[in-house]
Amino acid sequence: MKNAIGVDIPKKIDGLGEVVSFKGEWALVDKAKTSNVQKEPQSLRVKPKGFKKMCKDIKDCLDKLEIKDGMTISFHHHMRGGDGTIVPIIEALANRGIKNLTLASSSLTGAHEPLVSYVEDGTITRIFTSGCRGKLGQAVSAGKLKYPAVFHSHGGRARAIQEGRIKVDVSFISASAADDAGNATGSHGKSACGSLGYAMIDAEYAKQVVVITDNVVEYPCQPASIQQCNVDYVVPIDSIGDPKKIAGDSTRITKNPMDLRIAELAAEAIIKANYIKEGYSFQCGAGGASLAVARFIREYMEQKEIRGSFLLGGITSVMTDMLESDLFKYAFDVQSFDSAVSQSICNNPKHVEISANQYANPMNCDCMTHKLDVVVLAALEVDINFNVNVLVGADGNIRGASGGHCDTAAGANLTVIVAPSIRGRLPIIKKQITTVVTPGSSVDLLVTERGICINPARKDLKKALKDSGLPIVDIKDVATEVERLCGKQNEPEFEDDIVAVVEYRDGSIIDVIRKVKS
Amino acid sequence: MSAKLTRTMLYIPGNNPAMVQNGGAYGADAILLDLEDAVAVNRKIDARVLVRNIMNFVNFGDVEVTVRINGLDTEFAIDDLKEIVPQKPDAIRIPKINSADDVKKIDQIITEIEKEHGIKVGSTKIHAMIETAIGVENAFEIATSSKRISALTIGGQDLTADMKVVKTEAGEEISYARRRIVMAAKAAGLAAIDTVYADVDNEAGLIRETEMIKGLGYDGKAVINPRQIKPIHNVYMPTDDAIEKARVIIEAFVKAKKEGVGVFAINGKMVDAPVVARAQRVLELAGIEIGGQ
Amino acid sequence: MKLKITAQAGSLESCDLLVIVNPVEEGAGRNVEMESMVISEYGDSILKDINGILDQFDVKDVELVVNDRGALTPTIKARIEAALLRSSKGKG
Repeated sequence: MKNAIGVDIPKKIDGLGEVVSFKGEWALVDKAKTSNVQKEPQSLRVKPKGFKKMCKDIKDCLDKLEIKDGMTISFHHHMRGGDGTIVPIIEALANRGIKNLTLASSSLTGAHEPLVSYVEDGTITRIFTSGCRGKLGQAVSAGKLKYPAVFHSHGGRARAIQEGRIKVDVSFISASAADDAGNATGSHGKSACGSLGYAMIDAEYAKQVVVITDNVVEYPCQPASIQQCNVDYVVPIDSIGDPKKIAGDSTRITKNPMDLRIAELAAEAIIKANYIKEGYSFQCGAGGASLAVARFIREYMEQKEIRGSFLLGGITSVMTDMLESDLFKYAFDVQSFDSAVSQSICNNPKHVEISANQYANPMNCDCMTHKLDVVVLAALEVDINFNVNVLVGADGNIRGASGGHCDTAAGANLTVIVAPSIRGRLPIIKKQITTVVTPGSSVDLLVTERGICINPARKDLKKALKDSGLPIVDIKDVATEVERLCGKQNEPEFEDDIVAVVEYRDGSIIDVIRKVKS
Repeated sequence: MSAKLTRTMLYIPGNNPAMVQNGGAYGADAILLDLEDAVAVNRKIDARVLVRNIMNFVNFGDVEVTVRINGLDTEFAIDDLKEIVPQKPDAIRIPKINSADDVKKIDQIITEIEKEHGIKVGSTKIHAMIETAIGVENAFEIATSSKRISALTIGGQDLTADMKVVKTEAGEEISYARRRIVMAAKAAGLAAIDTVYADVDNEAGLIRETEMIKGLGYDGKAVINPRQIKPIHNVYMPTDDAIEKARVIIEAFVKAKKEGVGVFAINGKMVDAPVVARAQRVLELAGIEIGGQ
Repeated sequence: MKLKITAQAGSLESCDLLVIVNPVEEGAGRNVEMESMVISEYGDSILKDINGILDQFDVKDVELVVNDRGALTPTIKARIEAALLRSSKGKG
């Protein structure tokens, strides 16, 4: 049964049950707006006055919680590559002989490679996540996880928790500062990670909520991104992780001449298409050409004295600088990309922390990505129908993340993908790509060093950019030329088993990932 | 569009595959694939073979592709020509041209290679690089020594070395050479390309120097780092006012042409051929195409 | 082509390929040891390019050690050619 982008999605998938296949960006949302579905009930726990939530350590906390086989545990990934919480907790649970856990982390990074052994030994049998990298990604691709993993977007995760698709038994929320009642934040402390946007929905819906911190502060901890009224226990540990590893190199503007050239072309296209104007809103990625676009757009805004309305998304210091310079009125932050950004949350009332629900959930009373004017995103691969892959590598292994890609691409009025046409010897623009995360109908422009490709559905952009002096190229020509230059590559070989599904933000399945042939 | 724009000519080390294959990607009007100064002596063969292969395989689009071979005084020049000419570069940059004789020697070698490969004789152009005192003094003679010469370029570094003076930011020491070379180029109807600005971190200095050489009549400038490209293009960008005026002239020109009228007027003033040509140039620099010209 | 000495060409930079050519006894055949960043995607293609150049220069016996960093076909061929030329010239 082919879905709306032509991928065969079985009605039923072993280990997942019946699934709905992707029918279009807004198909399920349109259907849902007239239905009267209830949200997943929130569990009521009552702690009397004086109840001591503070545990001695993780072991003590696990003793107090209701822990059993087959439960769903959740985490956030705000510490990104520097996370130091997920692995110790899984380890502690494994040491108690707990099995068949469903791991629901907002995403997983290189810091989570040690989880491979817990996947292999059956401690973890299900994973809900936005992404997976390195050896963990390879393990999932090799079929080591008992049940198919589900890759969701940031907005999709909020939806999944709210509708009960993911029923969290225990949510472990690491925070760089917390008080003994469980009010917690990531905006200050030695391990400051900024926004705790991904964790907020877990705090509301999980059956039990644990705050883990390396910095217990005097009551009351403010700001309270996580509130005491939702927290069962607080656990002090030595370190929740390494804040220096949150960003890696991602928040410096690249010096790579190719990326700069692509960014420059993209910025000029966005400007010439008349999207940079007073009161507009903007989001871009955290590195490479995507972040560099912000620099060129900033120059233009300063030149023309344009003030935007808001910045959204993953917030980097490039953006907080723009906020400080009053180029935008607000910055709405669901994920802070370097610890310098955390300071801005504390000091600048215009820098606002938001939940993943407010950010990008399509199944609520409207989310912020739907208010975006312009978004600039990266890609691992793009096909000639403008479908984008940000999850699976050319060798068939899972190595990226869905993130906010399909959320912002669907919501923004102008979606621009920036990427070189080739990376090393690997084509990025191809006739057919390995896996689709964002459908081509959400993508308006693709900018590579070869020029600007306009989605044929956007006749208005074709008109606006026609006499711009910018190089406009046909995406099919780019794919053909790239294939000629690189030569025909051996496509990865897969077995029939489905090891993971790519869930679109509305819960439908847009693509499946099969087991890599060893 | 008429004559190709050469506002920027990006120098690319010939032995670096990533940079050579992406040469057309940086937005420069022209590229110089360098087999000479950017390549170590014991890697000359590697660079020559690499540039030859990549030129044969990669499509550089609208970018003007030039190759700088090694000087005639080296053991490499002839083999460079033998391998590169058949790849039909837009021009071969010959370093250290001192006289018309130097050009004539090369002219002959290129002619033989063209004949051998069934290439139209004379189609391979030469950019003469003048980087010695004697070369400067012989500038016009060099400019008119062969129909192949399509541009004169100045090599500031080697020139100041030859003159045994220090190269300075203000450039007084090469001021005469700059003026002499651009004049010879204009007199012979050739393009003129200025020397590199080495301080890649000094954008303000680059802009100052580009404004100066543009004022002298240079069509463009050598570039050693892609981030120098945009500032130079900005200097060459006509003002909005100039673009508007040019647009009016060309639209009237196109209209007159359609009506079969040879001569036309704007606001009561006659518009003759040199004015139209200047207006066309302005629109080219602005990247605006008007059909029907 | 007669190979005289061990010779090297290329580099480990992105989009390049490092090749070491070692002359071997006549009749020993072609022995290619290859590492590549894109071995699964282009391994066969790279070998094909290498053998193509060896055919072109009529090299029947040689030991090649190749470390590829995503070089395109023209670069692969250029690097092998340069190493072969260097090896046959007898100069380093």
